[in-house]
Formats: sequence, structure tokens, C-alpha cells
Amino acid sequence: MREMSRIVRTVSHIMFPFVIMFGFYLVVHGHLTPGGGFQGGAIIASGLALLIVAYSRSRVKKVVKKEVLTTIESSGLLMFIGLAFLGIGATFFYNFLANSGIIFGDSVAYGINPGNLNTAGTLPLMSIAVGLEVLAGLSIIILMLAIGSLAGEGSR
Amino acid sequence: MIFEHAPALIIAFPLLTSFAVPILNRFGEKFRNFFVLLSLLFSLFFVLTLAPQVYSHGVIVYTFGSTSPGITLPSGYSMPIRITFTIDGMSIFMAFIASIVSISGLIYSWGFLKKERVGMDKFYSLLLLMSVGMYGMIFTGDLFNMFVFLEILSIASCALIAFWVHKGETSEAAFKYMVVSSIAALFMLIAVGIFYGQYNALNIAAIASMINYNLLDKIALSLLIVGLAMKAGAVPMHMWVPDAYGQAPAPITMMLVAASQASLYALFRTCFTLFGLRLDVAMVGWIIIILGILSMFVGVTMAIPQKDIKKLMAYHSVSQTGYMLLGVGVGLAVMNDPIAFQTYGMKAMEGSIFHIINYALYKGLLFLTAGAIFYKLKTRNLDEMGGIAHNMPLTTLFFIIGALAIAGIPPLNGFASKFLIYESVYRFNPLLSIIAMVVSVLTLASFVKVFHSAFMGPKMKKNVREAPRAMLLGMAIIAILIIIFSLFPAMVVRTIVDPAVIALANQGNYISAVMGGI
Amino acid sequence: MMFIVYLTVVALIGIGLYAIIFKRNLIKIVIGVSLVECAANLFLVSLGYKEGGVAPIFTMAPHENMVLPTPQALTLTSIVIGVAVTALMLSFAMNYYKSYGTLDATKGRLKG
Repeated sequence: MREMSRIVRTVSHIMFPFVIMFGFYLVVHGHLTPGGGFQGGAIIASGLALLIVAYSRSRVKKVVKKEVLTTIESSGLLMFIGLAFLGIGATFFYNFLANSGIIFGDSVAYGINPGNLNTAGTLPLMSIAVGLEVLAGLSIIILMLAIGSLAGEGSR
Repeated sequence: MIFEHAPALIIAFPLLTSFAVPILNRFGEKFRNFFVLLSLLFSLFFVLTLAPQVYSHGVIVYTFGSTSPGITLPSGYSMPIRITFTIDGMSIFMAFIASIVSISGLIYSWGFLKKERVGMDKFYSLLLLMSVGMYGMIFTGDLFNMFVFLEILSIASCALIAFWVHKGETSEAAFKYMVVSSIAALFMLIAVGIFYGQYNALNIAAIASMINYNLLDKIALSLLIVGLAMKAGAVPMHMWVPDAYGQAPAPITMMLVAASQASLYALFRTCFTLFGLRLDVAMVGWIIIILGILSMFVGVTMAIPQKDIKKLMAYHSVSQTGYMLLGVGVGLAVMNDPIAFQTYGMKAMEGSIFHIINYALYKGLLFLTAGAIFYKLKTRNLDEMGGIAHNMPLTTLFFIIGALAIAGIPPLNGFASKFLIYESVYRFNPLLSIIAMVVSVLTLASFVKVFHSAFMGPKMKKNVREAPRAMLLGMAIIAILIIIFSLFPAMVVRTIVDPAVIALANQGNYISAVMGGI
Repeated sequence: MMFIVYLTVVALIGIGLYAIIFKRNLIKIVIGVSLVECAANLFLVSLGYKEGGVAPIFTMAPHENMVLPTPQALTLTSIVIGVAVTALMLSFAMNYYKSYGTLDATKGRLKG
């Protein structure tokens, strides 16, 4: 696939930061509003798909390194399982940060309110971990399917 | 106490290592392999520490995310809302199989895939994920969770079947398996939706305490039986078995055998624990018996003309699955009748559950020997083999142990479990027992053919040596277990098989462990 | 009202299974699996529907009439799994095409 026209490239250039920002917004606000790690991560990965469509696959491949994505993916997963391990004082996956006063430790206000980001204990952290994992994982899938149909390399 | 958390840790260690493998890989091959083995040994250790607890308490419950593992019902709730692991005798029995198979498969693959250069880190993380999927399916007390672990298991195993990506056949087999297993899992998901819509619960014990076997439940039951029997490789849906087992690398084939057993476990769990006596036991029992008889007969008749050694063994595993379905089906069919259940139903279930572990061991061993032959000769075709016994004496010994066990020759463990099945099924219906014996004879015939054409005969012209040490060690672990099981069958049945049978038959215990004293 | 949704679910499962069983093209089989998956997801989401209920967003809604978010969480999980399954199947189809030069399922070399 060759590069698309200048109009497409310019528009995707403008859109790309907004797509990424929206994705991160969804990830961080996962415990307050609809959204969360998977949805946010999927949107960020769709930003990469936009780049692949607008520019050529081989050019994107040079910029986005697979090794970096693999590292992000496994660090997200390790963060998730690590948070689960930290709750082992009570049980696995125990929310040890909730209502504790430290990071993300405020208690949640009742009724209609604008929403406090600093609540819900380990949930936002897990959301971020899942977001990292999904953005890297889906990017790898998109990249490999795009490159794989181009050259003789498998998708694994 | 760390042992209190054993159910979670059994899953957590392989999961953690599986995610860490891409990072561990940077520090070298030996380092990574050591950690992978360590995590599986940890799991085995916790399974072994959990076992006495289960045998003394009956059912162990672990609730994720609550303040204490035992609290399934938070104050003010009459329904479990958290994800729980519910471990009874049957689960711990299956966990033994999963841990033994994973460990020996891992050790074997150190030798078998030594020459592979790319993708080994992914191989080990997927292998660990497969083991996590098995443990999860076995331990979970929650239907939706079971679906999730089933999918983890099938995604990991499909990716591993297609490990040699440059060959088109592996992709074809993996595609077939993926279609079958995703349809099976989606059927299960729809059944879960039906239960959730009616009873507002996902926990197996909670649903079991409320279930009333109406039309919707019957639909859900048939979806579950079709889906899980498809994944276990029972006959009308067995077309994926020979391809997937034949194309996967040998250690993965062995893991796939255990993975099918996990689906079989889910099937038994559905029939006995989820529905229990509310089921129309005679009819469902006969459905399972007929599935079993068909699998036994079709499997073995398809196996006899095969030329590909792994395909032949794969058809035999279809046939062996039939034995387990037969025994458990007989047990289920007479569950309404306490006297018949005590006199022979129990024995039939004992036989088929004992057969599960025997089958996982000897079938695993046979697939590993086939892998060793493939590793050295680079062929799976029986016509191109001959005289291997001269070159690979230890592999031949392991093959003989496995083949005699699968054919049910007296001193070996296959005989012990098959004899229990024959004896008890004969009292239920003599014809079924006779079919089972005929199938056993045909199995022996087929393995005599393999032995004759592959191992006997004049010495080969090619200079073939014995398989690498890691592979021999992987096979030896299983062979030693088979011999132990053959020497002390009564003890094995008493210590690990009986609690499993009692756990399956006693639905009330399972429910009251989760739902509180009823 | 809900009757129509359940009818759609059954119809989608039927179409999906038809595609899986009778179509020869691997991509069409993948589409069939995705259709069955869509049916399952639709079924789960429709179970969580409640007349006059509001979305379960804690900071924005009154306490009463909030729908239970469990079916939505289940659906989300199953969508995540579905993405992985579809990606894996498409990559297998790609490998199949590379090695056989066709996507026809009947041209396979394995006769299981």
C-alpha cells in the first residue's frame, strides 16, 4: 500500500494527537465514567491504525518498534498481576488502597457530584495497567497483520 | 498464613512468570528456563499442600478481593457477588494431572525444541498460559470465569499448535481447532447468559441451589453438553482431534490431551454439580453413554488404517475419551437409584475417573515417544520407520510401557481402570461392557502394528542415536508415575480417586460450602 | 419489545452457523464466528436492559433505577476475548493463503 494523498495525511496528522489524548482520558477516568483500560487502549491502537492507513506500512514500521511494544505489554501485565499480589495480606486482588488516604485513597462521595479522580484504590491503577497492555497488544496485532500481508514474515 | 492463599497462588505464579518471560528472556536462555520451571514447581507444591486441606475439609472456598478468603457472602447479601474458587476432591484430582503434564511437557520441550531459534520466549509464555487456563477451569466456582479460562486455554493452545508457522498444515489445523473451540466457548457463553437471565447469578453453587430444570435450562444444558463434548473431542465433533494433535509439537500434544480432560471435567461439573439430581438423569446419562460408545468405536476403527503415527495415536485418544464418558454416564444414569448407585454406579465412576489420570499419563507418554521418533527420524510415516529398537532402546522401553497400558494388559494401570469400568458397566448393561472389551482388543492390535513396523525389524541404515537427555527425563517422569500407579492401584483409588467421586456425587456439600450452612 | 431482540439473537446465531458450516472461504468462516459472537454479546447486553433504568455511572445518577452493570462487564470481557480470537484466526488464514495460495477450505492437505 502506498502513501495516501496529502489531504488524508494532513488530516490524520491533526487528528492523531486528539485520538491518543482521548484514549488516555478514557484509561485514566476508567473508574468514574464509561470506559476503562480496554476501551482506551483500543482507541490508542486505532490511532496507530490511522497512521498505517495514511502513511505506508513500511514507514510506520520504521518508527514503531515491536520490541518497545512488547516491553510495554509485559510491563502492563506485570503491573496488573503485581497489584493483585500486593493485596495478598487479605486476599488476592484485595483493594488495599481504597479508603486508605494515600494514593487514590479518598472515599467516594454519595449523590450527584463531578467525580473525584483520586478515589477507588487499586482500580485506576489496574485500569492504567490494562490500558498499557491493550494499547501495546493491539498495536502489535495491527502492525503484524499489516506487515504480514506485505512481506513473508509470520504474525507471531 | 501463606497456605491459606494456595488456590490463588497456584494460578498466580505461572501467570506472573508468563508475563515476565519476555523480560526474563533478555538474561539468557538458561535463566528463563529455570524460572519457568520454578513457577510450575511452585504450583505443584501448592497443589500438594492444598490436597490434605481439601481431603480433611471437603470443599475449600477462596474469594477474590474480599477481606478474608472464606467470606463468600458479604454481610447483607444472600448471593455470592465476588469471583470464587471452589476446590473439592475432583478439582484437586484434575490439578494433579495438570501440574504433572505441564512440568514434564516443559522439561521435554527443552530437548525437543533445542534447535529452534525464534519465538521460544513466546512458546514458554503460551505454555504457562495453557497451564493457567487448565488450573483456572478446574478451580473456578463461577460459570463465566470458566468461559474466560476456557478461552485463555484455547487461544494459547491454538497459537502453540501453529508453532511451526512456516508450514501451512499447522495453520490449517490451528484454524480448525480455533473455530471449534470458539464455537464451543460461545455456546457456553449463551448458556451462561440463559442462567444469568433467570437466576441473576453466575456462581455455580448459587445457580445449583435455585435451578428448576425448565425448558430454558434444558436448552442451556444441551448447549453446554454440545460445546464441552466438542472441546473434549467426543465422536460426532471429533474432526479437529487428529489434525490438531498430529500437527502440534509433541509436548504441546501432551498438554492438549490434558486440556481436553479439563473440558471433560467442565462437562462432569455441569451434569453433577450444576444440575445434580434435578436432571433427568436416565436420559442425560444415556446421551453421555451413547457419545462414549460412539467415540470408543469410531475412534479405534479410524485408528487402525492410519499410517501417520501421531494421527493414529490421536484417533486412539478419541477412543479413550469414550471410556471416561461411558463410566461417568453409567454413574449418572443410575444416580436416582441409591442401591444401584452404591453397588455399581459408584464403581463405574471410580473406574472412569481413575481412567482420566491413567489416560493423561500413558497417552502423554506415547505422544512424547512419537515426538522423540519424529525428532530423530524427521518423519511420522510408519512405512519409513523400522528397527528403531536397535537405535533408541530407552524410547522403545517407554513406548512399550505406554502401549501396554493403553491396551489394558494386566499389570499396568490401564488394566486397573478399564477393569473397574468393565465390571461395573456389565451389571448395568452387558452389551456396553462387551463393546468396551472389543475396543480394547482392537487398541492392542493397532499398537502391535505400530510396534512391529516402527520398532522391530533390521537395523536402520541411517545412524540414529537416542533422544536428548531432557526429552528422556520428561518421558521418564511419566513412565515412573505409570509404574507407581500400576503397582499400587488400590491405594491410588483410595487416596485420590474416591474423594473425587464422592465430591462429584455429593452436590449438597458443594452448595453449602459456598452458600453457607443450609 | 425484548422478543424482537431475542429473535435477532437466534437469527444471528443461525446465520453465523450457516456461514461456518457451508462456506468454503476461510474469511467467510471467520465472519461466521464473529456473527455468533455478536449474537452472544447482544444476548448478554439485552439481559441487562431494564425499563426506565439509568446508566450505572456512580457520580451522575440517582440511586434508584440504576441498572446492574454486571451484564455489561460480561459483554466487555467477551468482546476482548473476541478480538483476540478474530486476530488469531485471521493470522492463521493469512498463513494458509501464503502456503497454499488459496483461501478455499476444501483445498487443505489435512484430511482429518
